[in-house]
Amino acid sequence: MKEQVASQVSVHINGVTVNVEEGTTLLQAASSAGIEIPTLCWAENLTPVNACRLCVVEQQGSRALIPSCSRVCEDGAQIQTDSERVRLSRKMVLEFLTSTNDLSQSPDLVAWSEMYEVDTERYKAPAKIEDQIKIEDDLFVRAYDKCVLCYKCVEACGDDAQHTFAIAIAGRGFDARVSTEYEVPLPESACVYCGNCVGVCPTNALQFKTEFDLRDAKDWRPTEQEITETVCSYCGVGCSLELHTQDNQIVKVTSPSDHSVTSGHLCIKGRFGWQYVHAPEFKPREIP
Amino acid sequence: MADLQFGDALPDAKEMEIVDAFVGETVVVWEGERVVRSGVTRRREQRHLLLPGLHLLQNSQGWISPGGLNYLAELLQVPPAEAYGVATFYDLFETEKPSAPGPQNHICVDAACAIAGSDDLISEIQAAGQRVHKSPCLGQCERAPAIFIQGVGTPDQVPADADGFSHPQRGDSSLRLLKRFGVADPLSIESYLSNGGYAALTRALDIGADAVLNTLEASGLSGRGGAAFPTGTKWRAVAEESSQSKHVVANADESEPGTFKDRLIMENDPFAIIEAMTIAGVTTGSKRGWIYVRGEYPLATHRLNHAIERSRSSGYLGSRICGSEYSFDIEVRRGAGAYICGEETALFNSIEGRRGEPRNKPPFPTTSGLFGEPTVINNPETLINVLEILNGGVDAYRSLGTERSPGTKLFCLSGHIQFPGLYEVPFGVSLGNLLETAGGVVGDLQAILMGGAAGRFVGPEKLDLPLTLEDAAANETTLGSGAIMVFSTDVNMLDITRRLAQFFRDESCGQCVPCRIGTVRQHEVLLQIKKEGPDKAQRELLDDISAVMSDASICGLGHTAASAIQSALDLGLLPQGAS
Repeated sequence: MKEQVASQVSVHINGVTVNVEEGTTLLQAASSAGIEIPTLCWAENLTPVNACRLCVVEQQGSRALIPSCSRVCEDGAQIQTDSERVRLSRKMVLEFLTSTNDLSQSPDLVAWSEMYEVDTERYKAPAKIEDQIKIEDDLFVRAYDKCVLCYKCVEACGDDAQHTFAIAIAGRGFDARVSTEYEVPLPESACVYCGNCVGVCPTNALQFKTEFDLRDAKDWRPTEQEITETVCSYCGVGCSLELHTQDNQIVKVTSPSDHSVTSGHLCIKGRFGWQYVHAPEFKPREIP
Repeated sequence: MADLQFGDALPDAKEMEIVDAFVGETVVVWEGERVVRSGVTRRREQRHLLLPGLHLLQNSQGWISPGGLNYLAELLQVPPAEAYGVATFYDLFETEKPSAPGPQNHICVDAACAIAGSDDLISEIQAAGQRVHKSPCLGQCERAPAIFIQGVGTPDQVPADADGFSHPQRGDSSLRLLKRFGVADPLSIESYLSNGGYAALTRALDIGADAVLNTLEASGLSGRGGAAFPTGTKWRAVAEESSQSKHVVANADESEPGTFKDRLIMENDPFAIIEAMTIAGVTTGSKRGWIYVRGEYPLATHRLNHAIERSRSSGYLGSRICGSEYSFDIEVRRGAGAYICGEETALFNSIEGRRGEPRNKPPFPTTSGLFGEPTVINNPETLINVLEILNGGVDAYRSLGTERSPGTKLFCLSGHIQFPGLYEVPFGVSLGNLLETAGGVVGDLQAILMGGAAGRFVGPEKLDLPLTLEDAAANETTLGSGAIMVFSTDVNMLDITRRLAQFFRDESCGQCVPCRIGTVRQHEVLLQIKKEGPDKAQRELLDDISAVMSDASICGLGHTAASAIQSALDLGLLPQGAS
C-alpha cells in the first residue's frame, strides 16, 4: 500500500487537485483534468525540446515560468495555466512568431493568436524570415518562411525516429535555420525521403508536393477530403496508413502518431509509394 | 545507428594531414574491441574532438571547407549536417571562403572600447587593406580599444599581450586573490611553490574530503559568475553522487561585456586554477577536469597548457597525485566565439561537440552535467577562493567582508575611469570608494553599469552602495560578474542601450522563441526611438518584450537580455520627452 502511495503525486492546477503517477508531466496532468494548454514544439511521438515556450505555466515559488510539456509534476505544486503572466508570455510568443513568419497555413496558431489578442501592428518594420521556397524533387517542398524552428523535423530525422541526420539547425540566433550541410539540396544530402519531417511539421513549412501543387492551383480542399485507414502492403511490418483523398485521388499519406508500430513515422515506400493506385486500369495479359 | 552518409566534397592534402594528425593521435587509444563492437559508443567517445578539430581546420585554411568538414565528421562519426550546425554556431569559424587572405582582425565595438575609439581603429586597419570583424567584448576592457587577431597558418594573437601586465594594486600586502600577480612567475612551478602554491592541495589531502566540504560550507563562499550559488553545497552534491565518472569543469569562457578578471587570473596565476580544480577533483571523487577557455584568450590558453604540463610532470596531476590514492587530470578546451557558452549547460554541449544551446534545468549539472554525468562547474575566481579558505582557515577568510558576503571580490573597472583594471577589495567597500581606488571618474559621472550587459545601471546617487550581494539585491542592481563600467555625461545613453540590445541580438543562440525573436524586436524598438525619447507605445512594447524574455526564456541570457535596458529606462537615462 505504501509503495502505491509513494508513486502518486498530487498537483493543484488552477485550484483543481489532480492525482497523477510520479513522472507525469504538467501538460499530461492538465490534459487529464480537461485543462487545455497550447503547444507548438511538443508532440507525443517526439522528445520535448522546450523551444517554443508556448506551453509555459506559472508554478508557485518558481521565479520564471516553466515549460509544462517537459516539467514533471512535483507533489503539492500549485500551478496556474492561465494567469496574467502566462497569458502575456503566450501572447508575446505568438506576436513574435506572427511578426516573423507566414503562419497562414497553421490553423492552430491563427486561432490562438485571436484567443490571446495578438497585435502585430505595434511592430514597425519587423525583421522577417523570408527565405525562398525550396523545390528540389517531386515528393515534398521546404518553405522556410513558415518555419518557426520548433526542431520537430530535426528530431524526426535524427534520434527520435529515422536516425538519418540529414538536417540540423545551422547558424545562430535569428539567423538560425534548418539546413543540410552547406545547404546542399536534399537529393545530395543523406535524406532518404521518409517524409517523417513533413509528418511532424506544425506550420506547413514542409509540405507534400501534391498538397503544394493543389494549393498552388487553388484546389486544396481539406474539408472535403476523406481519410481511409489501411495497412501498408510493401513489407511485413504492418504499418498503419491513413490515405487522405480528395476527389477520390490520394493527396497525402500519414500514420497515426499513437500507432504502436509506427508512432506516426513511415518509410519512403509507405509515405510516397502510392502512385500505382492511380495507374491506368490493370489489364491481365492474355495467355496464349 | 545507421551508417552515416557523407557528401562528395573531398579534403585537400593539407586538411587530411591536419585531421589525421589530430584525430589519429588523440583517439587511437579508443581503437579497441569496444570500438569495433559499438558504433554508438565510438561516436560518443570521439565527438568531443569536433570543436578542437574545427579550430585546426579554421586556423590552417582560414575557413572550414566542405571537404575538410566532411573528412573530420566522417572520422568522428558525426553527421555532416550536425557538424555544419556546430561550425556555423561560432563567430570564430567561417564556412565560406574569406574574400581576402590573411588574418582576421576582431575589434571590439562594445561600450568601453567604443568610448576608447574602436571606430578609429577599425578605419585604420581597413585602410591598411586588412579584414575586420566587429566583435563583441573581447575581455580586454582595461586596455581598450581591444583587438584579437585570428591567424591563418599562424597562431592567434593579442598584440596588447606583448606589453606585459601592470598591477594597479601592486605592493598592496592585503591582497588575497591577486597576491601572486606580478610577484610569482606564471611560467614557473618552482615560483608558484615558493609563493604558497600547492599548500592547499596538501592540506585537502591531509584533512579529507568531508572536512574540505565542511570548511567550504562554513566559509560561505558563493559562485562569482553572477548567480552566487553556494560553492560548498554544489561540491557536496557532486561528492554524494554515486556515479563512477564525474567531472570538474572550470568555466573560463568569460564573455560578459566589461569582464576580464578570469583572463588575468589565467595569465598571471594559472597554477592556482589547476590546484583548485585538483582539490575539487579529490573532494568530489572526480577524475577528469576540463578548462573551457574563451577562444579569444590565446595567452591564457598557452599559460594554462604550460602549467598543466608542469603540474603533471611534478606529480600534481595524473595518477596517484602527491603519492595519494587519487587520480586527476585536466584538458583545456577552447571556445570559438559565443557568449552563450558561458552558460554552464551550453558549455557542456560545446565541449561535447554539439551546438552551444543551453539545456533545460532541471536536471542540474550536479546530477547531469558534462556527458550527462555529475559535474562541478565553477569559474576561476570562485576556484582560487578555495585555496585562500583552505590555507588561511574559515575565520581568517571571514575576517573580511560581511556575514552574507564573506571574503573579497574582484571588480573589473572600465570606461570613464582614471585607471581601468582589475581590483580586489573586501565585500562591503562602497562603490564610490572603489572608483576612487581606481583614480576616480573621468568627467562628470552619468551612470554605472554593474555586472555587464546582463546587469543593471545605477546612477550617481548610488555611490554609497556597499558592494555586497545583499546590498546590491536590495538596491535592485547586481554585482554579477564583477564588471563595473563607468559612463560620464559625454556618453549618449541611447547609443549605449542600442549597442547592448545589438549584443544580445547577436549572441542569442536562437533556441527558444522569446529570446531568438525578442532580442531582435527589442533592438528594433530602440533603433526606432527618436532623440526625444520613447513614446508610450514604445515603452509598453519594450516592457512586454522584457516580460516574456525574463519569464519564458530557457536560460539566463534571455532572462537578463532586457535588464540593463529596463534599468536605463527606469532611471531616466534615456530622454523622456515623448512619453
